Amino acid sequence: MIWVNQIVQGVLLGGYYAVLACGLSLMFGVMRIINLAHGGLAVLGAFFVFVLSKHGLSPWVACAVVLPAMGVAGWALQRGILERSLRAGPLTPLLATFGLLIVLENLLFERFGADERSLFPYIGTLGYDSWTISSDIIAAKLYVLIFVVAVVLLGGLHLFLARTPLGRSMRATAEDRDTAELVGVNSRAVYGVAAAIALSTAALAGAFLGMRSSFGPYSGSQELLFAFEAVVIGGLGSLWGTLAGGIVLGVSQNVGAQLDPQWFLLAGHVVFLAVLMTRVLLVGLGARGGIRIALGRQA
Amino acid sequence: MNQRNAISVGRWTRLSAISTGCALALVVALAFVPVALSANTTDRLTTLFIYVILAAMWNALAGYAGLASVGQQAFFGLGAYATIRLAQQGVNVYAALVLGALLAGAVAVPMSMLMLRLRGGEFAIGMWVVAEVCFGLVILDKSVGGLTGTSLIALNKYNADDQRAYNYWMALGAAVVLLVLLFVLLRSRTGASLQAIRDDEEAAASVGVRVLAGKGVIFVLAGVGCAMAGSLWLATSITFQPKSYFGVEWTAYMIFMALAGGLGTFEGPIIGAIVFFVIQEQFGDSGVWYLVGLGAAAVGFALLLPQGLWGAVEGRFGIQLFPVGYRLRGLDSTATRAPSETYAES
Amino acid sequence: MTLLAVEGLDARHGYLRAVRDITLDVSEGETLAIVGANGAGKTTLLRAIAGAHKPSAGRISFDGAEITTVSPHRRVKLGIALVPEGRRLFTGMTVEENLLVARRRGRPGPWNVESVLEVFPLLAPRRKARAANLSGGEQQATAIGRALMTNPRLLLLDEASLGLAPAVVDGVYRSLRTLIEGGATIVLVEQDLTRALSVATRVVCLLEGQIVVDGPAKEMTRERIVEAYFGLRRTRGQEGAPA
Repeated sequence: MIWVNQIVQGVLLGGYYAVLACGLSLMFGVMRIINLAHGGLAVLGAFFVFVLSKHGLSPWVACAVVLPAMGVAGWALQRGILERSLRAGPLTPLLATFGLLIVLENLLFERFGADERSLFPYIGTLGYDSWTISSDIIAAKLYVLIFVVAVVLLGGLHLFLARTPLGRSMRATAEDRDTAELVGVNSRAVYGVAAAIALSTAALAGAFLGMRSSFGPYSGSQELLFAFEAVVIGGLGSLWGTLAGGIVLGVSQNVGAQLDPQWFLLAGHVVFLAVLMTRVLLVGLGARGGIRIALGRQA
Repeated sequence: MNQRNAISVGRWTRLSAISTGCALALVVALAFVPVALSANTTDRLTTLFIYVILAAMWNALAGYAGLASVGQQAFFGLGAYATIRLAQQGVNVYAALVLGALLAGAVAVPMSMLMLRLRGGEFAIGMWVVAEVCFGLVILDKSVGGLTGTSLIALNKYNADDQRAYNYWMALGAAVVLLVLLFVLLRSRTGASLQAIRDDEEAAASVGVRVLAGKGVIFVLAGVGCAMAGSLWLATSITFQPKSYFGVEWTAYMIFMALAGGLGTFEGPIIGAIVFFVIQEQFGDSGVWYLVGLGAAAVGFALLLPQGLWGAVEGRFGIQLFPVGYRLRGLDSTATRAPSETYAES
Repeated sequence: MTLLAVEGLDARHGYLRAVRDITLDVSEGETLAIVGANGAGKTTLLRAIAGAHKPSAGRISFDGAEITTVSPHRRVKLGIALVPEGRRLFTGMTVEENLLVARRRGRPGPWNVESVLEVFPLLAPRRKARAANLSGGEQQATAIGRALMTNPRLLLLDEASLGLAPAVVDGVYRSLRTLIEGGATIVLVEQDLTRALSVATRVVCLLEGQIVVDGPAKEMTRERIVEAYFGLRRTRGQEGAPA
């Protein structure tokens, strides 16, 4: 039953990874940019929520402030840096976002020092309340909440993309920017919205990270790797795939940790590489853009 | 066109012949540094040579093979790791340096079979994950002290002055050998293939260029080079703390050097390494602000001066110090100017 | 009145000058056919007018106002719509969604999903079908319908008959005639001379990026166009000069 518990924990962890990764997935699906600073931006959001919480705001209220602010930052980031880097060449977005990550991490270190911070003290009993499902299986209420939020978030994005005019424009731009412009879609604005969503959700993930455990200025790199692994395992550009990938990652990590606590990270990385290898051997990877709303359907 | 008869294709210009000659003379002169100049200078130049290697290798991967790797620190760490393990087994420490680098670099061969099928961002982060896996595996090895690491105590057989000199000559030798290898590679058929791959992979494949093989050669070379740099770094710093060898900040340095110098040029990484070295000297003690500056500079270069310092010079004046490309001789001066200013008449 | 004015337009692909110093006007209500061999610069010209290709020299004016630097989506708002070569539908979306995307920032006017389906009745049963699953004719109809959804004043059609069976092309041209009778201004690029002459009021022939023939369709003979098309009248030493 211990193993079942690990799987349950892994699934719940997958919910967190889904929240973390959906922004990365969206940015890649729409703009074909892999934002290496994504994890760093999540941590930035976490620090914002932390600062506001220290000043007495409930973390949830802080989120209500930080998330829109990060959305605006996303818009600005797109217009300021990402748009230019898109035009310069295929390597440039990678280099620019990596530079941004370095800047972010070290600025955060400068301001907050190396200490790990946490939002745990500010969320009251939610930090340790749990449901006991059986003698071995325990589900923390916070983790379940995060999972539920993940599903709601992905569902919301799904509906947004499938039903709303802006969502349609986004899908069109994701598939063919040039033609989208020719039918009247302002592609730069669409990209801006995608970036805004990406950064908002990253900040939310950061807040969740702070509630679940702790974070430091340099946590962003680690979180980026998790997000990327979740996205790739689930299939690049597939929204629900991000949840599936997150779950696979979370389960691998927890099962690995059950075998040996030191293997938590390694297990995840190894499974990721194994999935990559299998996919490469079977299909031949060609990272196509476009946003897939349903698992397995190509946009 | 009656001009055709006078046009020929060549590789060397007077400038490149002169500068290559100067470079050779410089290398010979540099060999005398440990005996002629101060210990401090010797140490600093050793560090510079290591930077040159790192910059040249990252540039080869990204600028010539189009592969931006955020995980070369994997080889940097593996090179140092292999060296320590070999030294622990009793291999002569300086032989271990080279052997360790070669062994670590050899890991690139099987690695390439998976990783080279990835493109763009997938390859970049995929390599980062590989680096993390290497780190994770290395710290499981108790014989190098796990997370705390250990030291290359085998170096203590040699006195400080000898160490310094040997380190210096190894670094100089490694840098020269790797640069010469790169130079030869770029001038060869593989080099032309790489340029074609970089410009348009599908078009290159359609004319028979063996894309994977071309990328593979560079990938392995870069692996060996970065591993050698790691071994050398170990020789100069003596301690092996896995976290600092496998840290992603090494990629940050490499990216900065390659971008600042000029991606895809041969001279660029050398310039970039010098710039980085100077910045390190000046600001290395300023704590993290200097990293912030480095990151911001990388962003700035990427967006505003993507061709880097040397690239800008090369573009403007059309000069190359080392002849890795081809030149048309016999056309009037307007035809040799940068592409944006002219167009070809059919 | 002049709806579109192109002056001294130059457009390049890297080194290659695809469009060289082109000057032409399109009046409201006209149907202009642009013919020419592959590589003559027709698609580039259309794309430059629609804003998808940045010209290296020259001016474009629409309804009196200069639009040379205006982005494509703003030109759609002004009333220019391009049906691109090869249709370029959004394959992940349904026919209806393809139409709706274009409607979002469209101008007021008679075109909406219902009226488009009236002009292209073959699409009505395929309304919810994914664009990737459509036949060639259905795709072309969708592409034209999508451009119409923006309620354009100027409709640009690039190779509407390319890759389609003759019967299907008949259908496309029937719809075009309906549009023309409705007073639309159309510029169409067409490889099929007969088709082009059957709907056009004016014909322009491009050769190597330049206009070699420009005149009313009624006065055009096939022979004259064919000569211009292949550059048969040009003498040696006059490479690049108009016939």
